[in-house]
Amino acid sequence: MRDPALIRMLPDGHRLHLHDGPIDLIIEANGAPRAVSAAYEAAARRFVSILDELCSELPLLRTRALANSERPRGAVAQHMFAAVEPYCEDCFITPMAAVAGSVAEAILESMTVAATLERAYVNNGGDIALYLADSQCYKIGMVERPDRPSLFGSLEISAADPVRGIATSGWRGRSFSLGIADAVTVLADSASAADAAATIIANAVNLPNHSGVTRISAREISPDTDLGDLLVTRGVELLSDSEIAAALDSGARVAETLRAQGLIHSSALCLQGHTRVVSPLLAQISIESSPRSLLHA
Amino acid sequence: MPDVFPPDTVRCDACPVLCYIKRGHAGACDRYANLEGQLVRVDPHILLDRAKSQGTPLVPFLERQGDWDGKIMKGQETFVTAIGAGTTYPDYKPAPFIVSSEVEGVDIVTVVTEGIFSYCGVKLKIDTDRYLGPERNLVRAQGELVGHVTTAEYGSQMLSLGGVHHLTGGSKSEGRVTCETLLDLCNGKEVELTIDDGASVRVAAGKPPVVNGKREERMRVGCGSATIGMFAKQWFGKVDDVVVVDDHITGVLSEHQAGKLLGVRETGIAIQGRRSTPGRYFQVAEPGTGWGGTNISDPLTILKPFKTKFAWPHLRLLMVSTTGEQFAYYELDEALRPVEKALPEALKESVGRIRENCEPALTTVLFMGGAGGSLRAGVTENPVRLTDSVKRRLTRVTCGGAPAYIWPGGGITFMVDVTRMPENAFGYVPTPALVAPIEFTLKREDYGLLGGHVDYVRPLADVLKEKERQRQLVSHAQNPWPLKPHIGSGES
Repeated sequence: MRDPALIRMLPDGHRLHLHDGPIDLIIEANGAPRAVSAAYEAAARRFVSILDELCSELPLLRTRALANSERPRGAVAQHMFAAVEPYCEDCFITPMAAVAGSVAEAILESMTVAATLERAYVNNGGDIALYLADSQCYKIGMVERPDRPSLFGSLEISAADPVRGIATSGWRGRSFSLGIADAVTVLADSASAADAAATIIANAVNLPNHSGVTRISAREISPDTDLGDLLVTRGVELLSDSEIAAALDSGARVAETLRAQGLIHSSALCLQGHTRVVSPLLAQISIESSPRSLLHA
Repeated sequence: MPDVFPPDTVRCDACPVLCYIKRGHAGACDRYANLEGQLVRVDPHILLDRAKSQGTPLVPFLERQGDWDGKIMKGQETFVTAIGAGTTYPDYKPAPFIVSSEVEGVDIVTVVTEGIFSYCGVKLKIDTDRYLGPERNLVRAQGELVGHVTTAEYGSQMLSLGGVHHLTGGSKSEGRVTCETLLDLCNGKEVELTIDDGASVRVAAGKPPVVNGKREERMRVGCGSATIGMFAKQWFGKVDDVVVVDDHITGVLSEHQAGKLLGVRETGIAIQGRRSTPGRYFQVAEPGTGWGGTNISDPLTILKPFKTKFAWPHLRLLMVSTTGEQFAYYELDEALRPVEKALPEALKESVGRIRENCEPALTTVLFMGGAGGSLRAGVTENPVRLTDSVKRRLTRVTCGGAPAYIWPGGGITFMVDVTRMPENAFGYVPTPALVAPIEFTLKREDYGLLGGHVDYVRPLADVLKEKERQRQLVSHAQNPWPLKPHIGSGES
């Protein structure tokens, strides 16, 4: 029996929570009260059909993207395809690699079209689309291991920065990864671009054929995965400092290439407590360790 | 899409993605999972549902298809735990909050928070007779120092793991591995530990320990000597001599004080090893995984020839281990050599009783932490009053609904049995430190008096309305109900 989509305000009275199937969005807009409610209404209206749209072409979206692939029809699905297209000739990637970022982006767009806002974000389980009017900014917290929620660093993004999308990928997260990164956070022009790039870079943080990495066919875990029989990471033993450095080097090379191609602005790569930052924009990242709503005993 | 799925695969119809979910896994949403072949909801914020019956701890969410039965709205039947209350990612979990409910006419407030504990660790009690290593020696996980061997207790060895010095006082990787080890142990996962100059153990809360690759089944009923003392009367008259084989102290009925008192006749039995006092022998063999924690599989190897001066043909001898798992019955032939025979009916009961009195060997994990500093400030503007209120038992402390033992003396230093808490109740921050749920329950009136944040108190019914991110569990059968109304009445 299908659960209805959930549309509600969070108890703080400021944030909107939209939930449908695997999509879980936390949204906050700032601006004139009337503008904010118009934006929330637009977000909710756009939201109710988005999962059905995607599911109507799910088999296609779960198929490897290639230059000559059949293009999806839905607007969100087209964004997904466009986000993964730059990588499709070099590696296996399906449009699903950008689904979270693309949904966030689509909802944000519906909001900014409907109202004039100061700033807004749509957070889709860690893949975030941002809107910033002049002189506005956001402080962003970063998570090292998605399975053990905690912030390890923060950074500030202002309207003058080109960044409007943030995404995080890693083998411990909800989606499968071919690599061993605990988390790769990417800043890009859009959430969909960040989402696809985070997947690619997280896959590249790797030690091929290392005996300490447990890899399992994706299908073994999830029968209908888009990754089929590709081996996904399920366990990583404690690595030596030099192994960590080698894996991070490999990921950082890919991140640097993507940055040079203009696909991303910055990336932070985390592996077993070590962090590598690619690009100067993230140089301002402060590595800290006190999540805001937990209290020190 | 694949056509053939393993048995027990469930197709989730909660949304149009229609995931196929294998047993033990969750769907794409992480909210529906296949538990034992059943589709269940698994959401983060845990509510304990008081239930008289001991049901399975995980219950399917009640909200589907509007079949909410209203039961939970009675208030006092539901206790809000701190699990999932205070983490920040993903962003939809609530901040720590303060909940009020009415219990038998008294307004009760529960302050629910997840605390970061840098001062914390676990105390492990490993039920085993095997020697795990010298007292004070270091305990390692993944090669890093995570704790030390402390005292041996009856039938068990205690280890102390974690503590602030390992978490933050050593190298970065020592801290990280310590944190991971504590987290896994607290969440009921198995952890492998090695003791310097000692054994390697695999331990998990509430499970039998595995020592050097061998799973412990039962605790011995006592040492060999104690076993003689306990069962001497039951053996008297049915058998001429009994040897209880034990790596620590092997007991011999005819020489033992208990046998002497009953008037058991001398049998001329002679035992390998070092005699401690009459009928009690040390070091009859090497330690091992054979009879009674020794390395022997044939008990006759610890016997020297019977002394001809005392022994007699057809003398009846029982040899048994301290767990009753191994036993053998012999009668001496004309040359006074033991010959194995079937165990007589009359002795079966006593061997069975040794087994029956051996409790299952377990590893138990107590989390120990100190709630000082800003955690108390989240509860009250005047933190020392919270300590005082806890000490005076006006405030009850629970962890995920499980009762906490509060150490006497300063501060709120507590211990809790992790197996009485809901699954995966613990988290961590990379500081490194553990994140543990902690709830303070007290009368609303007392909460006001100790400077509590009364403006932030929300009625339980309000909290329960946010069903979307809550999970209901049946409360642990052995836990007292956290809202039992004697709070503040001065009893314990």
